[in-house]
Amino acid sequence: MKSLAELQKIKERMKDRVVLREGTGDIRVVVGMATCGIAAGARPVLNEFVKDVSEEGLSDKVTVSQTGCIGICQFEPVVEVFEAGKDKVTYVKMNSDKAKEVVERHLKGGKVIEEYTIGAYQV
Amino acid sequence: MVRSQVLICGGTGCTSSGSPKLQAEFEKQLELNGLSDEIKLVRTGCFGLCALGPVVIVYPDGTFYSRVEEKDVQEIVEEHLLKGRPVERLVYADTGEETAKAKVETALNETRFYKAQNRVVLRNCGVIDPENIDEYIAMDGYAALGKVLTEMTPEDVIKCISDSGLRGRGGGGFPTGRKWALCAPNKAPQKYVVCNADEGDPGAFMDRSVLEGDPHCIIEAMAIAGYAIGATKGFVYVRAEYPIAVKRLTIAIAQAREYGLLGKNIFDSGFDFDLQIRLGAGAFVCGEETALMTSIEGNRGEPRPRPPYPAVRGLYNSPTVENNVETFANVPQIILRGADWFASMGTERSKGTKVFALGGKIEHTGLVEIPMGTPLRTIIEDIGGGIPNGKKFKAVQTGGPSGGCIPNSLIDTEVDYDNLTAIGCMMGSGGMIVMDEDSCMVDMAKFFLNFTVDESCGKCTPCRVGTRRLMEILEKITSGKGELEDIDRLESLCQYIKENSLCGLGQTAPNPVLATIKFFRDEYVAHVVDKKCPAGVCKDLLTYVIDKEKCIGCGMCARNCPANAIARTDYTAPGHKLASFAIDAAKCIKCGACLANCKFKAISKQ
Repeated sequence: MKSLAELQKIKERMKDRVVLREGTGDIRVVVGMATCGIAAGARPVLNEFVKDVSEEGLSDKVTVSQTGCIGICQFEPVVEVFEAGKDKVTYVKMNSDKAKEVVERHLKGGKVIEEYTIGAYQV
Repeated sequence: MVRSQVLICGGTGCTSSGSPKLQAEFEKQLELNGLSDEIKLVRTGCFGLCALGPVVIVYPDGTFYSRVEEKDVQEIVEEHLLKGRPVERLVYADTGEETAKAKVETALNETRFYKAQNRVVLRNCGVIDPENIDEYIAMDGYAALGKVLTEMTPEDVIKCISDSGLRGRGGGGFPTGRKWALCAPNKAPQKYVVCNADEGDPGAFMDRSVLEGDPHCIIEAMAIAGYAIGATKGFVYVRAEYPIAVKRLTIAIAQAREYGLLGKNIFDSGFDFDLQIRLGAGAFVCGEETALMTSIEGNRGEPRPRPPYPAVRGLYNSPTVENNVETFANVPQIILRGADWFASMGTERSKGTKVFALGGKIEHTGLVEIPMGTPLRTIIEDIGGGIPNGKKFKAVQTGGPSGGCIPNSLIDTEVDYDNLTAIGCMMGSGGMIVMDEDSCMVDMAKFFLNFTVDESCGKCTPCRVGTRRLMEILEKITSGKGELEDIDRLESLCQYIKENSLCGLGQTAPNPVLATIKFFRDEYVAHVVDKKCPAGVCKDLLTYVIDKEKCIGCGMCARNCPANAIARTDYTAPGHKLASFAIDAAKCIKCGACLANCKFKAISKQ
């Protein structure tokens, strides 16, 4: 190693790995991963979130986590987005394509995708 | 793509309570469930809560599992990692929390154990994999060395450390910046940086944990010190009894060399620095700086007179800076975050934080780091969780065999160098042993003195002979043959040893005796005048008696007595069918087996 730039490069490369341990970011994405969720296909959704958040460079402010059964099994896979000072957003009947969209439009763009939320289904 | 990480503590405490087996089991279970690609296992250094080991922490949610056994791993993998349901029965329950829900939501940093702490030295311990240099770099590792070599002059570095107010964490409290400044101007063909990792106090494990959990930060700090004083070689003197620390440090040095962070022309600055490890054979006196250097040179570890100080003539007669592990661990942070940041923590004359190894009669045995000036009560009651089994706090012993004790009446003392010195105690390197009402202070003084009698190197008569004479007087007192004059004799001999010994070992060896006489003179008097040990520890002053009215004559005591000292009498208490038993005091060896086996509380010690 002959320069600070090289040191910085290693730091960048490793950042994703340790940022996970620095506590939660501003936004928390929680995927329901109980039996009902997994059976309905929550695993690819979770993996898509983890992959996209990292690829889009959102690891600093977004934490992707999992939880158990939320209690609305007919709507699984369910994804909830928590953001400090804002109402919780609950996305239902998710798949990996929708997950990609949520990362792009909601987490990055800051706009809730109304048609995927539980509100759209209940009406 | 990794979505979750499982951190398993690989400190000495958790390693001995079985964490290597857990790691193997986790690997197996993750493989079985097809999770190996998305969940990463990381073995870290000490988390600090050694009493609850082995500990496992799952990120990103930060769920903290304690006392995890091999058989629990399957459940954690299948329930938590696969389905996202933390295994509640294993989640560390903060004392005071009641509902299971509250327990699970107790994030690590919110627990009473961690809340009052401020982790500067231990910031990476339990967070990074100590055997992976990349993880250290990700946490700003080697950035301080880079900054020093590219932006700062050696004078800048010394000024920064001086301004921060950092003082030696090995016990003496000498200002680190001044130490470096004294060494820097001395011209010599070769200068040295030495790291003192010869942590020898019974009950202390701060330095070990830093070396095990964050070895690269010591390497980085030593290189910074080398640049500041103009040294190109360094030695880490570490005890051979610390195998995990030695192994991780060896790995870390090899990785740093491979990356060119040790060796020639670091960061293309023209600065060369390299390190070697020297293993100590475990002599306490080698923690004294001049004895340590003599030992590195290959000689028998004995101290020599100062001056000349090591800054002028140290290792191999060359100018040398020697600092303790914890002192070094502060250095990279001070460089990166500035002297003002460091000086903003702590008290007027003691800046920053201090790591303590909490042990003895305390709920949370482990490693804690607090800002200087934190009241002792916070350490014992909040972080330490108080005294187990509802017993009363009696005193805390700090500074090991060189230190003194702080009694209950001074529990609100704010811990820093000057306050502890003012009450006749000392900061020491950070061992903190808590004693409850069942601890005898005379016996405690005897314990530490026994240690210094063994560890005195023998060079000076006051220490070699004096400590042994002190020991004999203490033995006389605890065996019930003491006289009141013995207490005065102890005090005057203590003063003599303090004043006439060459090195820190002898100068501080009488401290445990002096401090206990100062704060617990009544206990000494009880031993001497009443021939009683109030705490019920000193065997020669105890008698075990059976209350003949309570004894139902079952004979459990007699069957368990190893000395055949208990026999049946002719007396049968009213209401009982069998004759009672009695102890023959002449035969009794005071082992306490009868007391432990009596189900009817008929036996007591007096």
